[in-house]
Order: sequence, then structure tokens, then C-alpha cells
Amino acid sequence: MADQPFIARGFRRRSPATGDAPRVPPGQYETKDFPVLSAGPTPRTPLSTWDFTIRDTDGRAARWSWDEFQKLPRDNPTVDIHCVTKWSKLGTRWEGVSVDTLLAAAAAQGAGTGPFALAFCDGGYTTNLSLADVTGGKAWVAFGYDGAALPPEHGGPARLLVPHLYFWKSAKWVRGLQFLLSDQPGFWEQHGHHDRGDPWREQRYQGDP
Amino acid sequence: MSSVIKAIPDAVAPPRLEWRVASVVDARDETPRAKTLVLDVPQWPGHRAGQHVDVRLVAEDGYQGQRSYSIASPPEDETVTLTVERLADGEVSPYLVELRPGDGLELRGPIGGHFVWNVAVGGPLLLVGGGSGVVPLMAMLRHYARADAAARAAVPVRLLYSARTADDVFYRAELAQLADQPLVDVVFTFTRGAPPAWTGYRRRIDRAMVEAVSWSPAAAPRAYVCGPTSLVESVATLLVDLGHAASLVRTERFGPTG
Repeated sequence: MADQPFIARGFRRRSPATGDAPRVPPGQYETKDFPVLSAGPTPRTPLSTWDFTIRDTDGRAARWSWDEFQKLPRDNPTVDIHCVTKWSKLGTRWEGVSVDTLLAAAAAQGAGTGPFALAFCDGGYTTNLSLADVTGGKAWVAFGYDGAALPPEHGGPARLLVPHLYFWKSAKWVRGLQFLLSDQPGFWEQHGHHDRGDPWREQRYQGDP
Repeated sequence: MSSVIKAIPDAVAPPRLEWRVASVVDARDETPRAKTLVLDVPQWPGHRAGQHVDVRLVAEDGYQGQRSYSIASPPEDETVTLTVERLADGEVSPYLVELRPGDGLELRGPIGGHFVWNVAVGGPLLLVGGGSGVVPLMAMLRHYARADAAARAAVPVRLLYSARTADDVFYRAELAQLADQPLVDVVFTFTRGAPPAWTGYRRRIDRAMVEAVSWSPAAAPRAYVCGPTSLVESVATLLVDLGHAASLVRTERFGPTG
């Protein structure tokens, strides 16, 4: 059935297609809103106890307190984001530290990487990512949104930002990355979501191509 | 045979959630702005109360619109029921509310494995819904109502349902019937106008209301909160502030989608 979509007679797109390269992936719609999705209550971690850890496959770790984290070189990416629940938001403005920067700083402290990462968070949320998906200028740990501190409901004090994958990969309230030798499904991935989640290939759920 | 080891895969690839063409068997007005669609889905694999489906509309030119809708029917039903609120500036919902019996509709599911409940999970069961966020909670209530008497006797249930007005309440008659059951309480609050004789709540859900409706944290109720972001954020935070374990509070945002 997937190869021959059922035509919904009389259904038409509301906004006219533009001639530009599309920025909204298949099955998504653009929203100006910034919806909030989470599985449970919003955790509230005081900055005095917040830290961020990178742990490699041999258990060697690099760790930053909030103040130390703030002293790392920062980026200001403007990116389009795509949620598996179908909304896309274009041109969102963030501030944070590139994962490339973090890994270089971690290496200086003796902590390496691994082929896969599991992001872990306050509240117990996890999500899995490959090393390739968090390096090469594609991923950040963001603490600022639209010129202000990232609000708790959107993942503050800090969240992962991996905009080229569906937004559940951009883990809210992130506290670190555990590198692994094999891919280990995270929270939503264990509940049926895709292990990689490329919106342009519509990798929404397990079994999607 | 050394080849046996090679033949065992690391993990069995999960089956793809296939798109299926459901047919509408009933379409009825739920409120002036919302329609309930009863769907016959070929080879429906079954679902758990609280899960949702993805609906896909494909236009003649190939353009596709997709939205997620929670399932309102219990796992015990052979059909799948959705309730769709029409958004004036929406793209998908205005199409869905015009569907008639016999029409086809493409969907896949069930989706979501966290915001789910069944009687075996137990209670007390605290359901808090805002607007169309009551839909997945209704699947849980309907599932509860189908359970045998002994199972129901072990699980008290309370629903706190925030709606704009009485005319915006989904499943009104059925909720009234459910509330007649000894262990089921249904509490409404109307945020934009209550009926003239109304003596109940007429404000947004706040701390005092949550405290009055919920069990104490010592009773360890399982809470399911679904609705617009502001409601979900405030109710989940209130429950944790009142001493409920965050791990017992499950949330889902369910704003109307276009």
C-alpha cells in the first residue's frame, strides 16, 4: 500500500508551493508556534548542581560545571527544526556549544568518543545518535533560544540541538553523552520510533526505510 | 554448523507500520466544531488505550498532509474511533470533518508506547484533560468500563476535564453514564462560560483544583495529563509540587492540529 498512496479526492495543499528548494520535509507542515512535547513533568535542575559529562567507551569522562560550560566557545546557529508529530519550524535561532567543540575539549581531558552515543537527561530521557550525526557542525548543546535563556519547557537549562534529525533526537534537559560501541535505542526508540530519524527520508517509526 | 551463528540476526527487524486505507463506517457530530469518525481498518493489529494514529491525505498532485490523532476507542472495539476538531485555518482537519460513511481514509498505527494504560497497570487512575486532550483519556475510560467488575473494583478513577463551555464537551452522555459507576468521578471545569445553574468549577485548572480532585501523593495515583501545552505544563508541575512522583505523571500535548 505504501507504494500506491490512496488519493484523498478533493484534498489540496493550503499554501501554494514555492519554486525554491523545499524546506519542509514530506508529511510536515510549517508552524510559527513552538509546540512543547514531553513524556512527563518538566525537570527543574538548579544551575549550581547542573553539569555536562562526556564519557567514552572506556569509561573515561570529561565534565563541565555550568560556569565552565559557559566559558566554552559558542555558536549561534539558525536552523529549521522538524518534529515527528508533523510540525516544522523554520529559521529558529539558538545559542550553544558545538558538539565538535565539546569533543575536542573532552579529548584534551583524556576522554575519547565511540561510534554511537546515548544522550542522557534529567527526568530519565535518553536518545541514541551515531557519532557521524553529532559531529561535523551538525549538533550543539544549546542553552539560548531566540536571544534569551532556553526556557525549561523547551529543554532549559540546556538541550541537545540536532536539527537535521527529527526533533525528539534534540534531547531536552540534556546532561551528557555516553559513547558506546554499539547502537542502543533510547526512550522513544524503544517505544517504536526510528533509530536514526531523518525527516527527509521520513524515518518516523521503526521499520521505516 | 558454524553458519548457524551467522544466521542469527542481532535483532529482528521490526515490521513497518504500513499505511492502510480505512473506511468510514460512521461520522457524527461530537460538538458543533468536532466530528467523531468510526473507522474500519483492514488488518488492524490492535492498540492500547492512549495510543494514536497518523492520518495521511495525498492530493492528486502528490502533495501530502499528515497529522496525528489519538484513538478514542478502547482496545476491545473492532473499529477505530477518532474525534477531529475542525480548525478554521487548518489543512487536514477541515477535510476530515467532511468525511461520510463509505469514504476512505489512509492511516497507520498504532503509535506511542508511553502514554498508555490498562487495568492491569492499576490505579488509582487520575486523568486530566483539556479540550480535545480528553480523547486518549476516553480510550482509557472506555477500556476501564469494559473490564470485569473485580478489576474495576481495584481501580478508582477520576477525570478532571477542562472545556471552554458545556457545548465543547466531547462524549457528554457517555461521560455522564461513566460517572454513575461507583468508583468513577468526572469533574468538569468550564473556562469560558458555564451553564446558568452550574455550581462546579469555572476557571482554569489551578493548584487548589488539582489538590481537591486528586488523591494524596501517599495513594500514588497514576496520572495521565493531556491537552494544550499550557495546561499540561502547569498540571504536571503542580502534581510534582504537591509531592507526586514525577515517574507516575505521564503527559501528552494534544492541541488541535490543522
